[in-house]
Amino acid sequence: MGATRRSEMRSDAIAILFILAAIVVAAIFGAANAIDRPFAVQMWTLLAACLIGVAMVVHVIGEGHPGDRSSRYENGVIKAGVIASMFWGVAGLLVGVVIALQLAFPSIFYFPELGWTNFGRLRPLHTSAVIFAFGGNVLIATSFYVVQRTCRARLAGGLWPWFVFWGYQLFIVLAATGYLMGVTQGREYAEPPWYTDLWLTLVWVVYLLVFLGTLWKRQEKHIYVANWFYLSFIVTIAMLHIVNNLAIPVGFGSSFSYSLFSGVQDALTQWWYGHNAVGFFLTAGFLAIMYYFIPKKADRPVYSYRLSVIHFWALIFLYIWAGPHHLHYTALPQWAQTLGATFSIMLWMPSWGGMINGLMTLSGAWDKLRTDPVLRMLVVSVAFYGMSTFEGPVMSVRAVNSLSHYTDWTIGHVHSGALGWVGFVSFGALYCLVPWLWRRQRLFSVALVDWHFWLATIGIVLYITSMWVAGVMQGLMWRAYNDFGFLEYAFVETVEAMHPYYAIRALGGGLYLVGALIMVYNLWRTVRSDAPAHERQADAPATGAQVAAE
Amino acid sequence: MWSFHKWFERHTLILLIGILIAVSIGGLVQITPLFFIESTIEQVEGVRPYTPLELAGRRIYVREGCYTCHSQMIRPLRDEVERYGHYSLAAESMYDHPFQWGSKRTGPDLARVGGRYSDEWHHAHLVDPRSVVPESVMPPYAFLAETELDVAHMDAHLRANRALRVPYTDEQIANAATDARAQATPFGEQAYDFGQRYGEVALRDFDGDPARVTEMDALIAYLQMLGAGVDFSTYQAETPENQR
Repeated sequence: MGATRRSEMRSDAIAILFILAAIVVAAIFGAANAIDRPFAVQMWTLLAACLIGVAMVVHVIGEGHPGDRSSRYENGVIKAGVIASMFWGVAGLLVGVVIALQLAFPSIFYFPELGWTNFGRLRPLHTSAVIFAFGGNVLIATSFYVVQRTCRARLAGGLWPWFVFWGYQLFIVLAATGYLMGVTQGREYAEPPWYTDLWLTLVWVVYLLVFLGTLWKRQEKHIYVANWFYLSFIVTIAMLHIVNNLAIPVGFGSSFSYSLFSGVQDALTQWWYGHNAVGFFLTAGFLAIMYYFIPKKADRPVYSYRLSVIHFWALIFLYIWAGPHHLHYTALPQWAQTLGATFSIMLWMPSWGGMINGLMTLSGAWDKLRTDPVLRMLVVSVAFYGMSTFEGPVMSVRAVNSLSHYTDWTIGHVHSGALGWVGFVSFGALYCLVPWLWRRQRLFSVALVDWHFWLATIGIVLYITSMWVAGVMQGLMWRAYNDFGFLEYAFVETVEAMHPYYAIRALGGGLYLVGALIMVYNLWRTVRSDAPAHERQADAPATGAQVAAE
Repeated sequence: MWSFHKWFERHTLILLIGILIAVSIGGLVQITPLFFIESTIEQVEGVRPYTPLELAGRRIYVREGCYTCHSQMIRPLRDEVERYGHYSLAAESMYDHPFQWGSKRTGPDLARVGGRYSDEWHHAHLVDPRSVVPESVMPPYAFLAETELDVAHMDAHLRANRALRVPYTDEQIANAATDARAQATPFGEQAYDFGQRYGEVALRDFDGDPARVTEMDALIAYLQMLGAGVDFSTYQAETPENQR
């Protein structure tokens, strides 16, 4: 058994070495032929990363044993993912606070000669760091955890999950350093340039294969509902990523490319991507977390199997149509706008189906909300999910959108989903995972979880209420007329009026960041200080899983 | 009735195919027609490809993330039309790879900013926004005026655009680098040839520094042509040509 494992391991390692070697050659060639400086820097970064990767793989081969065998499951890569999630989470939130302060106090970060400190370059850094770096690492780590437990099978592919993990970190580093140097495609949430996109495509396909491979190895008859969501997230993100990033590079040595589509078609493709990055990255993926961690933490089965079937298929089918609501009143043909808005409103139903399924799982365990702040965080995340998936359909109505579009209302809406839903459900999962993975009986401090919960909640409330007021006010000021039939306000007056709300928003974001730092401290102490537990519950298959899958 | 779902739950491949079908339909129905329905983009007189200098300016616009705070899409709403000008036409972004309609107006819409302010105003505003608009929260872009415009591979940029069906001629591609400089060097030797190749477009020293062609030149050249192509005193939205 051991010998076959070892040889399987070797073939994986050798395949990875081949890929890394090919990229080393490509990176050297790219650096030598670079026609712009950022491209050369990025190629050297890529080269250095691949050489480190080669050294790591060679080290693993040299050691001759395929990782930690103390558990029937592969846990190392998940531990790494948990640490990476915390790191990128704090980094992304920090950049968010910085750019919030830049809008509130434009003169305190005033560096006329340093382009990389400007809002325009830091904003993609913030969005990518929180969505793709933090959210992505949480999704990869939790999916690797959940798929193993609910399939009762070790992660497929030997070293390949590690390739996914490190490859994804490299994607983040290339994208982030690129943004600071001004390397961007100018498409929201799809800013990374063509070569970074290609690298992500490779990593993502491997991710899909590892996930599918584990499903194929499963010892359970049924595929658990969380895995349906993970699978739809992985597959759909691949499709969206590839289509939306089709582009012609200026040359092999250039970091700049021109998108395949232009104008109207480009706009719709981009928002088909952009909205479904929300729908599949930030919703389907995190619903999978909900479907595993809430039943597990509450020790109750998922509320309704039928509801999970209906809401799964309805959600993934309807979400894809909703993109055009980002383009109301634009030059996009109106039939497309109407179609997008109609499906957005229909989407309310499966979204709340998911919320109900998550919340009602607490049936008979509501008392735990008083004593278990981790469960409380998970449940409140679902409540925020319900709130923002109600707000979304409302904002997709043309009349509402004519007021809300282009204003901070949109920013508030996004953050009620991002901070309330995605953030809280991720934090809840991390609070569960650390004791389970490091075999600690309990968290270092439950009181600190409470602090995190309340600071973050107050932060979110400050954030979204200030953005509601700012957004609605700005929208109304733009369209205000005076008694003589002239526009009441110059644009800059509406900018000036935003100042107090931008300051409140920065405070809210700051509180949320402090909460996250408390979490990192708490989890770090959990890993460091407690004695190992005698028994691990975590390795048992989910009780909720089985009930729901029957 | 629920037992049918076991097919999806017990067979990874069937689940995968089911997901692929479910998530493909919406995009296919919405996006593909846009490439075939002729009325998606009307033909409008005055819309032209970017000159090399403007294209370089647009690249800087993208690079600096201007789209994170400025839209380029005027909606057909009374207040927007009065504030910014005629609502944006699909044709006006037909050469935009990528589109830069934006999604947020922390600053005003820029779809028709061309010709609205002087070059000097733009220069002062970009170097230090609060020197001309005290309430502004825009960051400073003084470094653009210090950075020489890199035109070495301008032809490759035009060629990539032509591969995407932007109608650049062989001559325009061959002279792309000199044309980029020529547009900001009104009394240079190349000015006449540039005019021959691009016709009636702005030809002047945009950044007030005649000695050099900087990134500031390129960005201002781009901003000054935004939305200024179509003559809305003669454009009639209701005519059959424009209804197509």
